[in-house]
Amino acid sequence: MSALLEVKDLRVSFPTRTGVIEAVRGVSFSLGKERLGIVGESGSGKSQTGRAIMGLTPEHAEISAKKLAFSGIDLLRVPARERRTLRGKRIAMVLQDPKYSLDPVMTIGRQIVETLRTHERVGKAEARKRALDMLQAVQIRDPERVYKLYPHEVSGGMGQRAMIAMMLIAGPELLIADEPTSALDVTVQLEVLGILDRLVRDRGMGLIFISHDLRLVSSFCDRVIVMYAGRIVEELPATELANAQHPYTRGLLNCMPQIDADRHPLPVLDRKPEWAL
Amino acid sequence: MTAAALALDRLRVTFDGFVALNDVSLNVASGESFGLVGESGSGKSTLLRAVAGLAPVAGGTIVVNGKPLGRKRDKAFYRQVQMVFQDPYGSLHPRQTVDRLLLEPLAIHGFEDTEKRILRALDEVGLGSGFRFRYSHQLSGGQRQRIAIARALILEPSILLLDEPTSALDASVQAEVLNLLEQIRADRKLTFIMVSHDLAVITHMCDRLMVMQNGEEVERLTASDLVARRVTKDYTRNLLVASEGFKRSA
Repeated sequence: MSALLEVKDLRVSFPTRTGVIEAVRGVSFSLGKERLGIVGESGSGKSQTGRAIMGLTPEHAEISAKKLAFSGIDLLRVPARERRTLRGKRIAMVLQDPKYSLDPVMTIGRQIVETLRTHERVGKAEARKRALDMLQAVQIRDPERVYKLYPHEVSGGMGQRAMIAMMLIAGPELLIADEPTSALDVTVQLEVLGILDRLVRDRGMGLIFISHDLRLVSSFCDRVIVMYAGRIVEELPATELANAQHPYTRGLLNCMPQIDADRHPLPVLDRKPEWAL
Repeated sequence: MTAAALALDRLRVTFDGFVALNDVSLNVASGESFGLVGESGSGKSTLLRAVAGLAPVAGGTIVVNGKPLGRKRDKAFYRQVQMVFQDPYGSLHPRQTVDRLLLEPLAIHGFEDTEKRILRALDEVGLGSGFRFRYSHQLSGGQRQRIAIARALILEPSILLLDEPTSALDASVQAEVLNLLEQIRADRKLTFIMVSHDLAVITHMCDRLMVMQNGEEVERLTASDLVARRVTKDYTRNLLVASEGFKRSA
């Protein structure tokens, strides 16, 4: 199987006044046309891993890897210009909160058209039609109306659908979704996930789903990577989650309150220093 | 029935004509833990804020420990009722040390033995005196929320209003904070009114709960009703389904 994405020994570190902070410390995985979940808590390096692949690591950070290749292209050595053509066209990213990740002074339609026309030579009328089709594909009932709205005029769920529409319009091969539903209400969450699921499946994309929610990720993905302190502590098929070996994974699963389990007090994570080694 | 710690009668909150809370009535017994569940815009937080005096009450009455509240709440009210907010990053003064943060309510209410109380409050939330002279940016999210809880408890209130106290925290930290809250409630015989969008958290923490939507009550349940899935309204059922996580449609 030729991998869509290959990551070997990825490291991202941030020099600060008080010393170097290593956010990602040697992460390796490869991804085909599948759904991979990356789970971890705040500061585990999951988002920085996604950003490094997308090429959004802040400039002052240091990034290195034995290999960071997207369909054979070495992402760390490729010129910025070529990287730009990849970003948005072949690799796309959905961020957490549509309130902050959409341009507040551009209508939703214009933002989607902008993405499309940056990457493809299409006429205005056709771009508009494709944007409307895409809005329809993310199950927005009245695309004509939403096309003309500004991001502050739509709800969180609607904004996130527009974001997904914008990311998928150029037909990327890899989609990185960084907490795509954490800012949404639970019932809206499911709708958005359903849309994402269908589009990823129908279009045969690779997906990296980054989240702090282990259960959600395991119900959505084929394979799950669990990160702790910048490293992968466990990798397992989503269906095998119940048989997780690492105490951190088990602890994470265990500490969530459940409707059916009456546990007082809740089990808490006993963080062992050796997990971070 | 034991005396109600908090009784709301047809409480109504409007913002420029928009009805955020539409005639909601509620009785919470002393020592009870009551949950409010709903999605954004359901009015659950507005209800708490109206009780705390942070949202304009347009109609109805609020009775706290048998005493009806007037338009302006007096100092005694704030000693009895304290609130913990959702975002631990936004609810602590960034340029005050923990010591200063905890001193403020004591100074306002004219407490004498501040030293002892601050140390005890820190101890109670499991932080110890080592945290006393830190600023909030030197603390993690969980530690900040503990400080916010300490600040609420330092006046020895009888009612604690909790507005999504753990939704900004990691799952493992959430477990710690929930355990802490339960411990404190048991120790001090506190009354909790807790808002959350997470049914599992509410079921874990509360005896009774009210599901809200669009500023109105949808239905009222006990925690065991939820466990047994004895719900009557479709809206609650949808919430229950959603809380079970994503299921792939065939």
